Amino acid sequence: MVLDHVDKHYGDLHVLQDINLEIKRGEVVVVIGPSGSGKSTLCRTINRLETIDSGTIKLDGKELPAEGKGLAKLRAEVGMVFQSFNLFAHKTILQNVTLGPMKVRKLKKAEAEAEAKKLLDRVGVGAQAAKYPAQLSGGQQQRVAIARALAMKPQVMLFDEPTSALDPEMVKEVLDVMVSLAKEGMTMIVVTHEMGFARMAADRVVFMADGQIVESNTPAEFFDNPQSERAKDFLGKILKH
Amino acid sequence: MDLISESGSAILTSFGLTLRLAFFSGIFSLLLGVVLATFRVSPVPVLRWVGAAVVYTLRNTPLTLVMFFTLFGLSYQLGVSFDKELLYRNNFWLAVLALSVYTSTFVCEVLRSGINTVPLGQAEAARAIGLTFTQNLRLIVLPQALRSVINPLASVLIAMTKNTTVAVTIGVTTATFVNEASGQMKALMERNSDQILLIFIIFAAGFMILTLPIGFIAGWASKRFAVIR
Repeated sequence: MVLDHVDKHYGDLHVLQDINLEIKRGEVVVVIGPSGSGKSTLCRTINRLETIDSGTIKLDGKELPAEGKGLAKLRAEVGMVFQSFNLFAHKTILQNVTLGPMKVRKLKKAEAEAEAKKLLDRVGVGAQAAKYPAQLSGGQQQRVAIARALAMKPQVMLFDEPTSALDPEMVKEVLDVMVSLAKEGMTMIVVTHEMGFARMAADRVVFMADGQIVESNTPAEFFDNPQSERAKDFLGKILKH
Repeated sequence: MDLISESGSAILTSFGLTLRLAFFSGIFSLLLGVVLATFRVSPVPVLRWVGAAVVYTLRNTPLTLVMFFTLFGLSYQLGVSFDKELLYRNNFWLAVLALSVYTSTFVCEVLRSGINTVPLGQAEAARAIGLTFTQNLRLIVLPQALRSVINPLASVLIAMTKNTTVAVTIGVTTATFVNEASGQMKALMERNSDQILLIFIIFAAGFMILTLPIGFIAGWASKRFAVIR
């Protein structure tokens, strides 16, 4: 996954400024930074939920298609987990996970369901398969959302602040799933405020501020020895309590 | 009670015709309404313009005009005919056509407001797993939108059922020349001028028998199929 000179504006606001980022297969990149720094926007541009004004984004050497069937195909290769879960409210947990494989990958129902049950068991919500999203806790819903994304067998997983909408006691169950994914070699881009997760699971930490990538380093280097003033200031505010 | 024994079967026949008008118009207007709504939220600008033009034109034209247009414009002037031999059949389907296209614009706008109640995240999540625009609409957005507008849709269908009376303007009849309900009512009143109030009551009750269940079923269905968030 390569982002090359990516720029984006919202009106006068230059939300992404000349973003260059390369993510290798199996790499776990954690994007951190203050609110409004453009990190969520960056995450959303990667599967084109947000358009970009200039620059290129390539997956496996191929540029993202602008629209239509090609774009849908690309999105199937890029799993996405949202801050607000976004499980399909009118479908059961099992249907949420089987929908993509059946409609996009054209799997048979039985096949898709067997696969989905495995994934749900893996994230620890197998017993809830027949329920509807609203009947589950936030942490359970987010784990289902991860299973739904994994069911497409994506090459890359994007996490857009996956724990920000959760009660504190549910954060761990979601992070545990993400850590195990990272250990299995999934390529991941994670926008988060969970510094513990960044330290433990990230291969690289990217620090963003004001629409720019300010620093990009290993977690140990970044947290113990930040180079820029902006990063020092940010870490000082969140770590010293 | 002479009225009932003399004209009871004609009244039933006329309501049968009204019911058939409402049934077919209901089905076609729902289908056409979904198509129009799809046009109006489409990413293709031309489709959006077509959808908007159809809605703004038909929704703001009186049904009587639309009805007249199907007979005098479409059928007489342009030669469009559903049945060349049986005039009553041609007129029946012309009335269904007028009612369907007219009502579909209201169905479309109700659906569109329903689409607005579906959180954006639902469509984004659907896009993120690789669904195309039409799959997204068909599998995720419209099913949720429909469930949130069951009651307003019922109001549209009730209005449509009562609007079948406008078909009297183009002379919709059965094979035995019984008018739809309002035409039949007028004919009965002319023949039984001493019982006008009773006739009013009979026909008003007849329409309530047709339309009340729509409201009750909708009330039940909107609870049964509510999307819990």
